Amino acid sequence: MEVQFGIVGKGYVIMASDTNAGRSIVKMKTDEDKIKALSPHLLMAASGEPGDTVQFSEFIERNLRLHHIRYTHPMRPQSAASWIRRALADSLRSRKPYSVNLLVGGYDASTDSPHLYWLDYLGTLVEVPFAAHGYGAYFCLSLLDRYHNPEANLEEGLETLKRCVREVQKRLIVGLPDWKIKVVDKDGVREINLDL
Amino acid sequence: MSRSYDRALTVFSPDGHLFQVEYAAEAVRKGTCAVGVRGKDVVVLGVEKKSVLQLQDPRTVRKVVMLDDHISLAFAGLTADGRVLIDKARIECQSHRLTVEDPVSVEYITRYIAGIQQRYTQSGGVRPFGISTLIIGFDPDDTRPRLYQTEPSGIYNAWKACAVGRSSKTVREFLEKNHKDDLGRDETIKLTIKSLLEVVQTGAKNIEISVMESYGKVTNLGLAEIEAIVAEIEREKEQDAERKRNRQAATAAGQAAMLQRVGDNPIAAGSGTSTPGGQ
Repeated sequence: MEVQFGIVGKGYVIMASDTNAGRSIVKMKTDEDKIKALSPHLLMAASGEPGDTVQFSEFIERNLRLHHIRYTHPMRPQSAASWIRRALADSLRSRKPYSVNLLVGGYDASTDSPHLYWLDYLGTLVEVPFAAHGYGAYFCLSLLDRYHNPEANLEEGLETLKRCVREVQKRLIVGLPDWKIKVVDKDGVREINLDL
Repeated sequence: MSRSYDRALTVFSPDGHLFQVEYAAEAVRKGTCAVGVRGKDVVVLGVEKKSVLQLQDPRTVRKVVMLDDHISLAFAGLTADGRVLIDKARIECQSHRLTVEDPVSVEYITRYIAGIQQRYTQSGGVRPFGISTLIIGFDPDDTRPRLYQTEPSGIYNAWKACAVGRSSKTVREFLEKNHKDDLGRDETIKLTIKSLLEVVQTGAKNIEISVMESYGKVTNLGLAEIEAIVAEIEREKEQDAERKRNRQAATAAGQAAMLQRVGDNPIAAGSGTSTPGGQ
């Protein structure tokens, strides 16, 4: 029962994820960081099969780092998302595919624009203004339709995120008390502590 | 023989030499010079840059490259061979992080590179890499700077200061004379440039300097900085020469005075005889 959100605003992308790690009916851990910084201006939130998410995102991280070192520039968000999609699509057609759903958020320093991509384990890739994975999508996409504003500043963006998280906490049958929130903008990646 | 094409090119000569490997070493000696100097808590790579052609983009000509956050490499020899080897090393750096969740140590990646170079002296259908490399860096959770060298044969060694490539012998001898333990940052950079100036006639614009001060902290010196240091070195050389000249002049004058006194003696004595004094 994982829930992840991504919201694009004016010059930034917010990524938020619950921090639960569980197996069957047991909660194993409540401080799992599911949002990885792939490069100075790129974040990726992964959900799905527990082992796969870690394995796949580390694989992506190392490959993007290799690209950065080889070509001295980090991959732009659009290229990174396409590359990740391809990796997932190849994996899907292998003997043991990764079952991982992703949100990729990044800031393109060369065009000064934030980007958010929604990917799933079938190799779907869409660029979106806001996104959700897991049960959060059922509760919050309508809410985001209503309240998302691409011109919103960071405070307003975080307010919208709060609405989403509160909605999930109110209506979803499992409690998701702890969240990790990260923002990527022109200054790079940082974590934000928010009273939810 | 139908399978002759995959036979190793590197076979022993009757007197125990591997000519292909020795030719590769020769290719290294023809390549531009690279110098590495280890200081107290800094390690510096300096390379001689070939003059860029008038219409060429100088940014695309690089001889000091990053392998990972904390490791840099410079090489002398065939640039094309270098590129291939560097790519293999970079992949290994990331692969190592992926498998053991730790960055490589400098010795590990040196051994890996030397291992590849050795393999290419013993496998079928390939020729050795025509490059020697200098690898600098810091090990994770360690403050000691490291400097390693690899050769086409697959030999690798750790050094305090080392040179490879064209005229490397001259530079190495210079380093042997002038290297001291526990050099500071500026002294290390200066020694690197000074040693390169032994073989680079054109000065600052053909020198590239990369400084690593701690884990992952790498800076490439700009042309202006290098020029300033070169100017300083030249000034010091000038002063040295000046002192030497003065000293020589002083000794010459002293000798002349002595000779003169010796010659003057009879007159000074006022004896009026022409016999040399002191006899």
